[in-house]
Amino acid sequence: MYHAIVFLPLLGALIAGFGGRALGAKACEYITSGFLVIAAILSWIALITVGFSEAEPRTVQVMRFIGSGNLDVNWAFRIDTLTVVMLVVVNTVSSLVHIYSIGYMHDDPHRPRFFAYLSLFTFAMLMLVTADNLVQMFFGWEGVGLASYLLIGFWYKKASANNAAMKAFIVNRVGDFGFILGIFGVFVLFGSVNLDTIFANAAAFASVDGEASEAAREVLFRFLWMDLTAGEALTVVCLLLFLGAMGKSAQFMLHTWLPDAMEGPTPVSALIHAATMVTAGVFMVARLSPIFEFSPDALTVVTIVGAITAFFAATVGLVQNDIKRVIAYSTCSQLGYMFVALGVGAYGAAMFHLFTHAFFKALLFLGAGSVIHAVSDEQDMRKMGGLRKHIPMTYWMMIIGTIALTGVGIPGTYIGTAGFFSKDAIIESAFVGHNAAAGFAFGMLLIAAVMTSFYSWRLIFMTFHGKPRATADVMHHVHESPPVMLVPLYILAVGALLSGFFFYSAFVGHGHHEGWYNDFFRTALFAGPDNHILEEFHEVAFWVKASPAVAMLIGLVTAWYMYIRSPETPAALARQHRGLYQFLLNKWYFDELYDFLFVNPAKRLGTFLWKRGDGWLIDGFGPNGVAKRVTDVTGRVVRLQSGYLYHYAFAMMIGLAALITWMMLGGAL
Amino acid sequence: MTAQELAQSLVIAAPELLIAIGAMALLMVGVFVRKESANAIVTSLTVALLVAALGWMVFFAPMGPAFGGAYVHDAFTFFMKMLVLIGSIVALVMSVGFAREEKFDRFEFPILIALSTLGMMLMVSADNLLSLYMALELQSLALYVIAAINRDSARSTEAGLKYFVLGALSSGMMLYGISLIYGFTGHIGFDEIAAAVTGGERSIGVLFGLVFLLTGLAFKISAVPFHMWTPDVYEGAPTPVTAFFAAAPKMAAMAMLVRVVMDAFQPVTADWQQIIVFISIASMVLGAFAAIGQRNIKRLMAYSSIGHMGYALVGLAAGTVAGVQGVMLYMAIYLAMTLGTFAFILAMRRKDEGNVEQISDLAGYASNNPLMAAILTALMFSLAGIPPLAGFWGKWYVFLAAVEAGLWPLAIIGVLSSVVGAYYYLRIVKIMWFDDAEGRFVAPAGELRLVMGASGVFVLAYIVFGGPIAAYAEAAARTFF
Repeated sequence: MYHAIVFLPLLGALIAGFGGRALGAKACEYITSGFLVIAAILSWIALITVGFSEAEPRTVQVMRFIGSGNLDVNWAFRIDTLTVVMLVVVNTVSSLVHIYSIGYMHDDPHRPRFFAYLSLFTFAMLMLVTADNLVQMFFGWEGVGLASYLLIGFWYKKASANNAAMKAFIVNRVGDFGFILGIFGVFVLFGSVNLDTIFANAAAFASVDGEASEAAREVLFRFLWMDLTAGEALTVVCLLLFLGAMGKSAQFMLHTWLPDAMEGPTPVSALIHAATMVTAGVFMVARLSPIFEFSPDALTVVTIVGAITAFFAATVGLVQNDIKRVIAYSTCSQLGYMFVALGVGAYGAAMFHLFTHAFFKALLFLGAGSVIHAVSDEQDMRKMGGLRKHIPMTYWMMIIGTIALTGVGIPGTYIGTAGFFSKDAIIESAFVGHNAAAGFAFGMLLIAAVMTSFYSWRLIFMTFHGKPRATADVMHHVHESPPVMLVPLYILAVGALLSGFFFYSAFVGHGHHEGWYNDFFRTALFAGPDNHILEEFHEVAFWVKASPAVAMLIGLVTAWYMYIRSPETPAALARQHRGLYQFLLNKWYFDELYDFLFVNPAKRLGTFLWKRGDGWLIDGFGPNGVAKRVTDVTGRVVRLQSGYLYHYAFAMMIGLAALITWMMLGGAL
Repeated sequence: MTAQELAQSLVIAAPELLIAIGAMALLMVGVFVRKESANAIVTSLTVALLVAALGWMVFFAPMGPAFGGAYVHDAFTFFMKMLVLIGSIVALVMSVGFAREEKFDRFEFPILIALSTLGMMLMVSADNLLSLYMALELQSLALYVIAAINRDSARSTEAGLKYFVLGALSSGMMLYGISLIYGFTGHIGFDEIAAAVTGGERSIGVLFGLVFLLTGLAFKISAVPFHMWTPDVYEGAPTPVTAFFAAAPKMAAMAMLVRVVMDAFQPVTADWQQIIVFISIASMVLGAFAAIGQRNIKRLMAYSSIGHMGYALVGLAAGTVAGVQGVMLYMAIYLAMTLGTFAFILAMRRKDEGNVEQISDLAGYASNNPLMAAILTALMFSLAGIPPLAGFWGKWYVFLAAVEAGLWPLAIIGVLSSVVGAYYYLRIVKIMWFDDAEGRFVAPAGELRLVMGASGVFVLAYIVFGGPIAAYAEAAARTFF
């Protein structure tokens, strides 16, 4: 069964990729989508059989991958609850996106290639989540990076798409470099990259309070100029691994590629840049919870980075005008929430938000795609408005996505959308969290919640309400999407509304009831002996539970006031706080800063090496220079051939004299 | 010399006698047949004569010394004389069409070829300095006339005159060298000279004589710095004459050089080796560099042949069995490639302009006649020494011999200059395949196609049948040791 789940997408990718011309686009669409639907159904079966049963975690061997000295890497699937949760997320969203794309990409001439890439991405993502060791995870990690690159640059004739693809790839390289150093570090510390071995030995690196044992003081590891003891070494390794997660999950400082990645087709944004690939970092930290748990310092860093990202991305989202970019920054912000949950040790809450977020964010993206489809590929919200009556189904789906994202629900009860359960769980966890940054994170997340609500409703109001701002020609052509695009939206809407309610207890429910947290994840997620956060957050005061709902309402009312009640306010505010507005509109000037710090110096260095190093030095003294000297010599030699007989005779005599002289000197020696 | 010895000598030298008598008879034939058909008839008969001599040599002529040590026929001379005869025959065959089209119909031409071929065969077989000089002069005098045979053309007569004057100069130097050697050793026979210079003090006089002698020989193989006549004569002489010049005389002169240094002066190898190394390097480098600047394909081939003689001398410089074997193989391969290339040059004929000689005239040839262009491409790659074609193996043998003899620098310079040299061969390929066509050549005559085809097969298939040739050459090279 697991082989089928993992390899059906690969098979689909190979068929569509290499047989696309022979089979035709229609066949490719049906084959890849069909395979994915099968894989998705099998994934749900796997979730039920593994998650809600007594089955022990197990390993499904595929083949030996690498054997070299101490390094022994197998290609194997690690089947536990964490894996099957990810299988469900990936395959469900992927199959829906495949189906949706049949409608969305209907007019594209390169559909086989598109579907091949989508399936290839799915396969790589499955490799990542099923990884039994860090090397295999890295393989999947790079595989999704490749697929992301190919899909962002799918419309390769568009320069902006190519640039965005390169940016995504290069920024991810920074993170990947950290990740691979982390893997090396793990190998140095544990002598293995297999997760089982690592987890079994992680406790030995716990920094003991107070009197450190002799063993713990021993210098184990040298990183740059530092001599590190066991605990510090583990922290360094965790931070390096987290750097990888930051790149893939677009966290603060390494987030710049995600908004640009919206240059890809919208289904790609839904699948890769909302639901699955960007959550790989969250998954990785959760997967490695048995080692992160022993490094409180690393977890503090995770919390801080997550909190800043959640806040920062939300502020930028407030003022963006491109419908997809708003959702992209929202994704970035929500990933920050997940990292905060990881940072305070609430791994279940993080995975819960990852799970629900996949549904409602994919829904929002696909809904946005439906809008874009309706208004002739326009993405600027300033040129939309008043679309509610023309595309009612899309409107209602977007509303569902929005209430799920903003977390509409009644505090203290079990009535609410998916985001209500998962996001509130994170905010509450942050409140009770024990690490140094938890309080800071709580504040940041609350503010971000207000802004989340504001920009989400702003998007709805600008797009669907008010007077149409599009040209009459565009408005004339506005049409509801075909069923092949709407049905995936309905399914996702069900998930967005209900997944929170149904899976709440499984992901974050405390106690040892059947199918609840401890029973659900068992050993897949690890919490240290002092980590009782999942019990504690249920006991917080009512004002804490109510605060996210209040934040949501503030955001909603503000948005309603500014975009429905008095639409001139935003412009006035922007004028009043011009500097702040520009600061946010330009995304805190990160792109400009990076251009200044890294891109331009790198380009200058490249140009220098190219013009001076290669062109002047190597070509000049190498091939071109030699060729030039050859022609010079040729010119001179040819001129010797004057045509005069006495020159020729003279040359002969000179030659003879030279040889004679040579012989005389040689004879004398 | 007893009558029996004389009879024995005549049997051994029968091929040469056949050509000598035949040439004189053909002179009579040429005078007495009708003028219009004289050239055709005499050419055919000369070809028949040379083929007969070749057949006689292969099937009947015994090996051994003759004429009291003035003449020798052994495995080495057998191999080199075959090359000489093949070169002469093919050059003569290729001249037929040219003679018809270009009003080049003098019946003396084939007879002069026959006489110079006789001289070359005697050069190869010469075993003392006197017979060597006699043979050389017989060959040279015939060549002087052939170079100027198109006496209505200023370029041809200029070429002939230059060749004659410089040739006379080199003959004079050579004769001076011979007299010095005779004066200081008291011998003219190669074996006796070898015995005289073995052991003891080397006389500076003998070394002087050796230098003068080598100078004359270097002139004949057009090695630098005694090469100056080559480009002018190659360009000025009618193309069939150039083809002949590039082929047969080089074989004979190289054979003679090998015999002199390996037979008469083997005891002083260290001395002549320096000279050979010097002229070898000079020839390779100059051949490579100067050819780049050429526009005329015959001039280009002149520099190409200078360079190739340099490569052949690399083998000789080694002074070992492998070296001599390398020289022999190099010359054989060079002969095949050169004849093929000249067949092609003779086929560069336009309907209205007649024969053309500029490299740029080849532009776009591949689109007009892809098969011919492919053969010429193979020849050019072979001349450049690209594996697995014949030219590569030639270079392989001589460089290997040099390396085994410890002459690393020589081999390295050889490889580097062959890199430079590759440029102008590849340029021809580029012009043929990638430049826009300017005009068409007329379909080549049958005999030219035959020569090109045979040459193409040789360079392509050498890797298959090269083994026995190499084995024979090695056995022949051992006659000197």
